[in-house]
Amino acid sequence: MGFENVIAFIFLYYLRRQLKTKEIPERWRQPINYGLIIVVSLAILAGSGLVNDLLLKFLSILLISYIVYNIFTHPEFSGTKSLVYAALPLIAVSLIRDIFELAMPEFFKTWDKVFDVASFFAFIWLVAMYITYRKQKKALLAEKIKALEREKEFQITQTLKAKLEVDVAERTAELVKQKEELEKALEELKSAQAQLIQSEKMASLGELTAGIAHEIQNPLNFVNNFSEVSQELIDEMHQELESGDLEEVKAIALDIKQNLEKIHHHGSRADNIVKGMLLHSRSSLGEKTPTDINMLADEYLRLSYHGLRAKDKSFNADFKTDFETNLPKINIVPQDIGRVMLNLINNAFYAVNDQRKKAENSDFKPSVTVNTSMNEKENKIIIKIADNGPGIPKQMKDKIFQPFFTTKPTGQGTGLGLSLSYDIVKAHGGELKVESPAKEGKGLPTLSNGQAGTVFIVTLPI
Amino acid sequence: MKFLVVDDEKDVELLFQQKLRKEIRNGSIELKFAFSGNEALEIMEKSESEEVMYIFSDINMPGMTGLELLDKLKAKFPQIPVSMISAYGDAENYEKAIELGAKEFFVKPINFENLKVELNKIIEDKEPKKE
Repeated sequence: MGFENVIAFIFLYYLRRQLKTKEIPERWRQPINYGLIIVVSLAILAGSGLVNDLLLKFLSILLISYIVYNIFTHPEFSGTKSLVYAALPLIAVSLIRDIFELAMPEFFKTWDKVFDVASFFAFIWLVAMYITYRKQKKALLAEKIKALEREKEFQITQTLKAKLEVDVAERTAELVKQKEELEKALEELKSAQAQLIQSEKMASLGELTAGIAHEIQNPLNFVNNFSEVSQELIDEMHQELESGDLEEVKAIALDIKQNLEKIHHHGSRADNIVKGMLLHSRSSLGEKTPTDINMLADEYLRLSYHGLRAKDKSFNADFKTDFETNLPKINIVPQDIGRVMLNLINNAFYAVNDQRKKAENSDFKPSVTVNTSMNEKENKIIIKIADNGPGIPKQMKDKIFQPFFTTKPTGQGTGLGLSLSYDIVKAHGGELKVESPAKEGKGLPTLSNGQAGTVFIVTLPI
Repeated sequence: MKFLVVDDEKDVELLFQQKLRKEIRNGSIELKFAFSGNEALEIMEKSESEEVMYIFSDINMPGMTGLELLDKLKAKFPQIPVSMISAYGDAENYEKAIELGAKEFFVKPINFENLKVELNKIIEDKEPKKE
């Protein structure tokens, strides 16, 4: 039996397969092909019985030995080694059996069965080894595929990473560009805001002019009247001197002195108003000066009232002041806080006057109150500007401090007044709040006819 | 002769007293002052209405304006002449005042010469009755 040929064929067949999968270098193709031809030729010759059996056996053994030798000595065949180990017992048994068969036929005949059993076990060994080998090979292959996949994944991640880096760079550049654009826009907005503030100032100055005219006209009238009357008094005094009524002369002198005080008083009143007007229109940053809040509030209350009155003949409202008399002077920018007061007072007058027009013929008495007080514990001065108007609807209350929010008809309000006021008070470290409906309290207008009323509360630190 | 002057500017009192110093001294006129429309009405209601012969009122006053006061005075005391004094000598105010029954319309700053002429007219009108 020529197991050697079968095994040699299997080996060569395997090696050829490995050639295809490139596990073995190409230079082995020819030797393997030749080997296959030789094996097949040997098998055919053995089957035909034409050639000497002994010679064929010898050639077969030589061939298998040569193949086994090569597999063991060349590292590129390491994958086939385990197959050789599997077949080795069978080859050995086959060899020994052949040797015995040739050299001692008598002995071989008696032990024939033993060789058969040995061959059988060697064959079982081969099959078992082969199965294990296949399994290992499969596992190895799976491992290899996995490794390949991992490699592929790694490659993909690398490309993704590179792409991502490019994307990030692009995005960063875009963001930087956007940031620059935004900064530019912000600059533009800032300058636009400055312009708006200035025009709001000028607009409120325009609102003021009528009030200012009245407020200057009144003291000027007194100045003129009192100086005129003083002249007359001096003439009278001369007459009394002539007639010698010294008591009357003294009385007249006192009157003249009083008149001069009045002239001075009304002169300074006009002076203050002009100064206030100049301060109001000034666009440069105002300086903080110790200011009497009551005086400031009174001044702007009158300016507002007379301004509105001069503009709209039908306008009328009562106004009251309720001042805490011993307030300390506080460090503020007077024209800025003045603007806040003017705004709040104008709004209050606007609200009550509007209500008066709507509720014509009813006994609604429009009234605006300015109240000052002090919170000694917290070192704060509180200014309340209250009206008995219709109040602010809940849904508008959140919006009134937003720039450009206005309830006035187009062209009558910039919508910047309260927003600017809010900023000014905040810049002074204070607070501007609104209460509507107003809670009734000391110094606030009495609410009647279902009027909700509104109170704006300015709190300033001392 | 009693006159009532209504103006929210308190110094008006001093001015009138000095301008009409002689008249006050010789007792030909007596001045009363009110600083708001409400105060004027209170004075008029308290005092015997005949006492006050003539009322001068400012127009531009907070609360009740001079024109509103004029309207109310004319309703309650139609026999008492009322003249208006205003810093705003515009046609609108003038016409409204005359329409409501104002006797005269004086523009601020007050020309006391004209005012005195008006006062003397009233005094002369009344004096023949006394005689």
